[in-house]
Amino acid sequence: MAHRHEVIVVGGGGAGLAAALYAAREGADVAVVSKLYPTRSHTGAAQGGIGAALGNVEEDHWEWHMFDTIKGGDYLTDQDAAEVFAKEVIEAVIELEHMGLPFDRLPNGKIAQRRFGGHTKDWGKAPVHRAAHAADRTGHMILQTLYQQCVKAGITFYNEFHVTDVIVEDGAAKGLVAYELASGELHLFQAKALIIASGGFGRIYKVTSNAYTLTGDLQAILYRRGLPLEDMEFYQFHPTGLYPLGILLTEGARGEGGILRNALGERFMERYAPTIKDLAPRDLVSRAMYLEVREGRGVGPKKDHVLLDLTHLPPEVIEKKLPDITEFSRIYLGVDPLKEPVPVMPTAHYAMGGIPTNLWGQVIRDERNTVVPGLYAAGEAACVSLHGANRLGTNSLGDLVVFGRRAGIHAARFAKDADYQELSREHLGPSRERIERIKSSAGKERVAALRAELQQSMMDHASVFRTGELLKKQVEILKELMDRYKGIAIQDKGEVYNTELVEALELGYLLEVSEALVHSALNRTETRGAHAREDYPERDDENWLKHTLAYKVGDGKVCFRYKPVVLGRFEPKARTY
Amino acid sequence: MQVTLKVLRFDPSKDGKPEWRTYQVEAEPWDRVLDLLHKVQWYQDGTLAFRRSCGHGICGSDAMLINGRNRLACKTLVKDVGSVITVEPIRGLPVEKDLIVDMEPFFAAYRAVKPYLINDEPPPQRERLQSPEERERFDTGTKCILCAACTTSCPVFWTNGTYIGPAAIVQAHRFLFDSRDRGKRERFQALGSGSGVWRCRTAYNCTEACPREISVTQLIEEVKRAILFDRF
Repeated sequence: MAHRHEVIVVGGGGAGLAAALYAAREGADVAVVSKLYPTRSHTGAAQGGIGAALGNVEEDHWEWHMFDTIKGGDYLTDQDAAEVFAKEVIEAVIELEHMGLPFDRLPNGKIAQRRFGGHTKDWGKAPVHRAAHAADRTGHMILQTLYQQCVKAGITFYNEFHVTDVIVEDGAAKGLVAYELASGELHLFQAKALIIASGGFGRIYKVTSNAYTLTGDLQAILYRRGLPLEDMEFYQFHPTGLYPLGILLTEGARGEGGILRNALGERFMERYAPTIKDLAPRDLVSRAMYLEVREGRGVGPKKDHVLLDLTHLPPEVIEKKLPDITEFSRIYLGVDPLKEPVPVMPTAHYAMGGIPTNLWGQVIRDERNTVVPGLYAAGEAACVSLHGANRLGTNSLGDLVVFGRRAGIHAARFAKDADYQELSREHLGPSRERIERIKSSAGKERVAALRAELQQSMMDHASVFRTGELLKKQVEILKELMDRYKGIAIQDKGEVYNTELVEALELGYLLEVSEALVHSALNRTETRGAHAREDYPERDDENWLKHTLAYKVGDGKVCFRYKPVVLGRFEPKARTY
Repeated sequence: MQVTLKVLRFDPSKDGKPEWRTYQVEAEPWDRVLDLLHKVQWYQDGTLAFRRSCGHGICGSDAMLINGRNRLACKTLVKDVGSVITVEPIRGLPVEKDLIVDMEPFFAAYRAVKPYLINDEPPPQRERLQSPEERERFDTGTKCILCAACTTSCPVFWTNGTYIGPAAIVQAHRFLFDSRDRGKRERFQALGSGSGVWRCRTAYNCTEACPREISVTQLIEEVKRAILFDRF
């Protein structure tokens, strides 16, 4: 079956829905293609808040937010992106409120704000109230509100359509191919502009806050098509994953006064970030937790985690402002945060890297910022680069509305002056072959077993701390896993809701993005933000103040090009908190 | 521990009617029912189909009937449901395969109540002000994750497919009681019609089924009252 829309968005999360909504407001005919129902996208799992210098609780300025974002990103953040972001996120939050988003309120009726990691006043002097929030389900509210507005705008949705190919020919994007889960049919989609907003890929790791569905599909598809992936080595571990499941416990818990403690009961963050302690950025806190465990001050029979202590907070603060994480802790661990501290450990959380774009979400193909006409990306799938080497808490929700909106507006304007490109049934070929090969395979490899090996080995060799030796080992493991992937076989040969087939396709994407990540990490011989090389413990601005662009060469090989960081207002300085 | 998992299997493209199939699964008491389904699908029988996404109760994908009650598989632990567990699709929506049902009728009802803020007054430069009390008034409905556990536990919904059902009414409530909304009359058209709130027989199944502990029946009563008082 064939479909045609001026703007097609891949992904029904916050970035995709924001892009779709603003493209529709520009008058474009818009469709969203999502492998889920939009309301089940992972934006809904974001808890703590969306940072914007509204100044509702105390003095704040967008310049402070810009500075915090750049410093938080360990100076790998492009400063033009941070400036656009810090200004526009204020407007974006107000617009969300006008759309009906139920933010928590202050007694004077304004949007309430709380503290979050790395967000400060006066250029780093003390934590600031910047995170606008709706209890601890801010992402849920953003997702619901944007979906509500898309329903109002009459946007077309193709739900449970799994994208299998993006058609980029003669340097331009033309359309895509998607597999309809309900029927097993392949569909051809023709578009003047495509916006990729398909989210992250936390499922490359064993312990992750990410949904089962976050498998880096579109990053891998474009990477296979010869487009680069930017800064893949920077992968964020969120400090407070519920131990041992990895379910997220918002940083807002520390924003409300929660304290991390080791087995001795010490508030260990005092040693690592004396100024802002538990509200240091996530890379610093995650590393500190690992070091505490490594030095024998971990908690539990295996001494492999630490504790998040909320017991000193007033019960009404916990019940009112952190109801969901309280419930998670009660259900999944039988621990009541009102009475006892909660076991936590870092959990794979967010990809700073992804599909490279400029400030309007246009995908670029090289270090000279050459645009791929008609192709856009936004949200976690993309890398503009706002987050640099480490993202501050709340900046993901801000990123997806600000840059989702920009991509939507630009794509709609581009589509107005563009023509549809010719597509034919032949474009379905590669996807059909891939699916048939998996279905008819007589191989012995099982998807789940191979995936478990991938996730464990990525955890062991390419997570919070890295060394050249471990990464080289992982390069070899990935080669072997990719080889074995060719022998993957499934039991379900049916057409209707063949979820086993979908997982087999997803495993291919996981392997591909892991390859880009591990090679990029091996290549970068310095420590910066979330990329902590124990064999290169210092930040090296002389050689590495630049973005990695990783290209697939084939046969387990990757090649690199480099793009300068956009500097400007803030000179790189030592990063202390 | 060894768990016996009985799953109601059905592939309409092949089977005449649904059939129970039994699996033996090794499990820990703190495993989620979702973990058991994964163990079956990943290592025993790849043809088993179900939906899931977040795995911790906030995306609403994996609502199903577990030991006869509507629950989320990712929020239900083995220790709370025992070592013999039955799993069936939620009722009242057409089964597409195994535990996967057609959600379109559910979302059609959602759309019918105009689930978005309606306010044509030009917005101020900054936020519309709302007191914490006004915000609190509709808080409970904002927890809804559209999992359909409430609607598909409702006997009226099972027997009368046109009833918009509890979830859509919860969405309407969320906006009717939002001080910023001006869409009351528009929503009353759907809510006050033959397929609207008056179909509700106050069976409380919806409240019991809600995995987010929303007092659904109470919200439905509040919507009924709002329509009544609006008339007089």
